Amino acid sequence: MAVAEQDTAVRTSAVSRTLIYLILLLFALFYLLPFFVMLVNSLKPLSEITGGNMMALPQDWTIAPWLSAWSTAQIGVEPTGLRPYFLNSLMMVVPAVAISTVLGALNGYVLTKWRFRGDTFLFGLMLFSCFIPFQIVLIPMARMLGIMGLAGSIPGLILVHVVYGLGFTTLYFRNYYAAFPTELVRAAMIDGAGFFRIFWRIMLPVSGPIAVVSVIWQFTNIWNDFLFGASFGGQSQPMTVALNNLVQSSTGVKEYNVHFAGAIIAALPTLLVYVVAGRFFVRGLMAGSVKG
Amino acid sequence: MGFLDIRNVTKSYGSVKVLHNVDIDVQQGEFLVLVGPSGCGKSTLLNMIAGLESITTGEIAIKGRVVNGVHPSRRNIAMVFQSYALYPNMTVGQNMTFGLEMHGVPKPERAAALAKVAKLLQIEQLLDRKPGQLSGGQRQRVAMGRALVRDPDVFLFDEPLSNLDAKLRVDMRTEIKKLHDKLKTTIVYVTHDQIEAMTLSTRIAVMFAGEVQQLGTPKEIYDTPTNVYVATFMGSPAMNVVAASVDMRGEVPHARVVNADGAEQFLRFSQPNMADWAGRDILLGIRPEAITDPEGADRNSANIATLSNRVTVTEPAGADTYVSMTLGDKDIVARMRADVNVGPNDVFDFAVNMEKAVAFDPKTQDRIRP
Repeated sequence: MAVAEQDTAVRTSAVSRTLIYLILLLFALFYLLPFFVMLVNSLKPLSEITGGNMMALPQDWTIAPWLSAWSTAQIGVEPTGLRPYFLNSLMMVVPAVAISTVLGALNGYVLTKWRFRGDTFLFGLMLFSCFIPFQIVLIPMARMLGIMGLAGSIPGLILVHVVYGLGFTTLYFRNYYAAFPTELVRAAMIDGAGFFRIFWRIMLPVSGPIAVVSVIWQFTNIWNDFLFGASFGGQSQPMTVALNNLVQSSTGVKEYNVHFAGAIIAALPTLLVYVVAGRFFVRGLMAGSVKG
Repeated sequence: MGFLDIRNVTKSYGSVKVLHNVDIDVQQGEFLVLVGPSGCGKSTLLNMIAGLESITTGEIAIKGRVVNGVHPSRRNIAMVFQSYALYPNMTVGQNMTFGLEMHGVPKPERAAALAKVAKLLQIEQLLDRKPGQLSGGQRQRVAMGRALVRDPDVFLFDEPLSNLDAKLRVDMRTEIKKLHDKLKTTIVYVTHDQIEAMTLSTRIAVMFAGEVQQLGTPKEIYDTPTNVYVATFMGSPAMNVVAASVDMRGEVPHARVVNADGAEQFLRFSQPNMADWAGRDILLGIRPEAITDPEGADRNSANIATLSNRVTVTEPAGADTYVSMTLGDKDIVARMRADVNVGPNDVFDFAVNMEKAVAFDPKTQDRIRP
């Protein structure tokens, strides 16, 4: 489908344009600098870091720090590397993102297209959850997880993140669906589609852009979360906690190159989500549903 | 009993009553137009027939079956929406057969129904396109096609032409009329455009403030409006309504109108029963086309009154020329032939066809019946 590209750019002169690009380039370099330091030092032997220049390219290129961070580095008391924790994080983040996004979409659908008495109030309460700091809910949450028998497990973490993310995902989908023409839902009702059929066949196919927003937001938040992971992870701690244990260990030699490699490994999935999903971010899929 | 019965239906939102005791029988094959200004309750009534809004009191029955509380999809109706409401993620073909698919109609039958309707509406070449790739007129056709494929008992149209530009609107209007003549379907059509109402309908229900003001054929509505509201709503330019009194001149009732300068004008009534109103105030209603120049007056009329008055404005509109004057307390518009020779400030002899004039009771605003 041809998406009409609208030219919204303001016309500027060549001089000011060059200036703008120069400044942008400078900022981009500035922001890329830490990543550059991490990357080059993760590919050096430790002696090059301790004995010399942090900014220099490696003289002796090696991927040994990466392998060590992944599978042999000492995490706490076990020499397991980050691998098992990386898998923990994946097993937690994928269901948590999927469930919170689907539930948020359903909530948004109900709150806009199946209005009921008190729906605005209910939505207000759900929004409230966006403003509650993590620390406040730690103890009640621990108690609830204990009662439900989910303490210290991945399902427990999934539940925590779903509950915490629902406010945001509901907000996204509600606002997106508020602009979705209700006449389409009515037409589908007359055509004989029920509640879930309308959701699957009419609403979800046009929810691409907002689903991407929701997935990026949830994935980043859940993957990067440390507090819930450290508090409720138990034997199945996520990546962030393991990275902390790797970097903060106070015994032995500080293997900076391994720490850098570990930090990059920990950041890679979110980076990947941005690169892959970001492309779908701005695609307008609603063109032509109603009179344009 | 009609094909679609609306019996004493009301609609309230909390304590606010938006529809008052609506009673309409629609016969099979009839084209009923609900017309009225925004907020008169016409769309609410349509949505109640569709089942998209609940019925507060009263009954709606389709083919003798009361459908209060029946889900929209089980009423065997189809609706064309103002925004067309085409599913953006589906092709035209999928849009049109979605309803059949939901009702579990097997694929070969769906394809056959689709082919038949696509041929009828001449949209065969559009079936694989998405709604976003269609023009306004094409979307309109597809929306009608989606309704036709279902072969429902009753078609509901909710201001289907109001999103089209003026020329296309006239074309589609003719097309809908042709389609109705050909298929003899039962249609309930909502519009605020009185010309659409007049041209399309077999019967019109003029609605205002949640009440049906008058239900009748276009001719009845136009020639014998029940009250001032219906008289002025239907027709463009609107009917002229002037304060007058009934004066007996030689046993014959006349309408007496006093201009601002004190000059009196007398217009003889054709209805003898206006004598009952002798000496009382009335409202005199005259359609613009009933006021002409003397040469353009209706030769079949037995009662042409002449009114000598000063012209205020002339507006040539191509086919007609609208000539304004002040009569009594009102500006009056006359619709004359295009080449009439008259200019502003001329004192002109207006010919008024009093056979077409109507009188209203100023208190109740109802028409005084002959």
